[in-house]
Amino acid sequence: MDPAYSVILFTSSSGAGYGLIAWLAFTRLSGMWQLSPMAAVVACLVALVLITTGLLSSTFHLGHPERAWRAISQWRSSWLSREGVFAIVTYPAALVFTAGWVWTAIPQNIMNLAAAATLALSLITVISTGMIYASLKTIPRWNNHWVVPVYVALSIASGGLLFTIALAVSGAANQPTLILMVAVLLLSWSTKWAYWRFIDRQEPVSTPGTATGLGHLGKVNQLESPHTSENYLLKEMGFTVARKHATRLRRMALNFGLLLPGIFLVLAGVSDGMAQLVLLAIGMGLGLTGIVVERWLFFAEARHAVTLFYGRSL
Amino acid sequence: MTSLPKTTQKKLGLVTDLDICVGCHACAVSCKEWNAGGHSAPLTDSNAYGKDPSGVWFNRIHVYETDDGQNTRTVNFPRSCLHCEQPACVTVCPTGASYKREEDGIVLVDAEKCIGCKLCSWACPYGAREYDADDGVMKKCTLCIDRIYNENLEESERQPACVIACPARARHFGDLGDPGSEISQLVERRGGFALMPETGYQPVNKYLPPRPRKETAGDTGTTDHLEAAEDAASGDSFFHWLDKALSR
Repeated sequence: MDPAYSVILFTSSSGAGYGLIAWLAFTRLSGMWQLSPMAAVVACLVALVLITTGLLSSTFHLGHPERAWRAISQWRSSWLSREGVFAIVTYPAALVFTAGWVWTAIPQNIMNLAAAATLALSLITVISTGMIYASLKTIPRWNNHWVVPVYVALSIASGGLLFTIALAVSGAANQPTLILMVAVLLLSWSTKWAYWRFIDRQEPVSTPGTATGLGHLGKVNQLESPHTSENYLLKEMGFTVARKHATRLRRMALNFGLLLPGIFLVLAGVSDGMAQLVLLAIGMGLGLTGIVVERWLFFAEARHAVTLFYGRSL
Repeated sequence: MTSLPKTTQKKLGLVTDLDICVGCHACAVSCKEWNAGGHSAPLTDSNAYGKDPSGVWFNRIHVYETDDGQNTRTVNFPRSCLHCEQPACVTVCPTGASYKREEDGIVLVDAEKCIGCKLCSWACPYGAREYDADDGVMKKCTLCIDRIYNENLEESERQPACVIACPARARHFGDLGDPGSEISQLVERRGGFALMPETGYQPVNKYLPPRPRKETAGDTGTTDHLEAAEDAASGDSFFHWLDKALSR
């Protein structure tokens, strides 16, 4: 599948935003950390900017962005539509939750309600994003039970890296907390590792033989393409990355997404003040880079059933 | 509405005979010609006379070679929208632009509602949908909806352009939902099949398989003809005697 930059930016940016605001809402509800209200409100705003940037960038690849409002109408059948609906419904809850940190006119029970709604709706929106891909039977590397957990886990992991900065500013980035974050990173990326293991062992059901129905005559090869140059189908659905590059890119995603941020989290654990903040910011930058590489690869490694008609295999 | 109708009154579709398709591309060209001015017009081409032309086509003609280790066969293979009974391209559509008609089962795109998100083309395993970058909307085979119901045309002309154009008569149009229809009987008789049945989209369009190849002289019936001729000859006793005498 063609890795469109707008879609990669959308899923990684909004994923991190929803993850961050989910951490903040969880903090509010559990009281696990003491955040300074100012740090919390700024973190909420950063999350909202990331979410909004993502949603806006996803409209860049539309042929008719001015009609984007229509996309929320078919929630009965379409996961893309459901994602739009949940994304929109999340906003009022998230805005009340954001304001509640500093605006004391908002009663405590409303604030807690808004936090709970923000937490739930953020995760549901990320699940819907994953389901857009997981529901496509035409792409076996997406149509499996690992895709949604990976989307949710990496959203929590990337949001968590942003969250550590809010913690550090509030003076709450103590050693147990940073060790917890390393564990969260490890757990999240292990779902991705499981996904890679799964797709590497996946046996394709459809072949050029079943696609053309000519399998009973022997091996089906394409003798002549219908067109002399590339068409929309091959540009959009025919993009693949060579296996050796895929292996290198997977290693790169793990290094940037897990290993390096993990090291910086540990280093931050043994430092404090400004040094800690800088270390966490570097870790966050590296971690988000890892997510972008992972997302690019998610598209580039996916093979679409239509390529069977062009003599390729899934 | 992108929820599917429970049933459709008719299942209009095409049947393509892979045994006699000669791969001439006439159906594809005729399709392009008609639809460039039809329901989904224009079918944009970009760089049409340049080095790297591309454009929107509803019908693409592949050529395959099958190889069973002993024999190979060349099969010409037109590929277009199959107007599935379970079209995922419709249900994934977030705007309601894609729909399946309750009255005849035709899958269409409402170009006024399409936002050009391309998700429907991702959901289709058959490559039936091609994006028009100029119009910013998705386009696909309409089963020549503007021909088959067009009362300005002669009745014999009210068929999809590809069917009329085929010089080998390898393409057929009709109601595949009616078991008594001519086209359903043809599918029944020739063992017509659906593409990628394992994916569950239940295409309405069917393909007729290439007939078994005649590999030895016996398969063509030649031996039977010769034996019959010999038997006929043996009825004449003088020439039979002469034949025997001379063969000695």
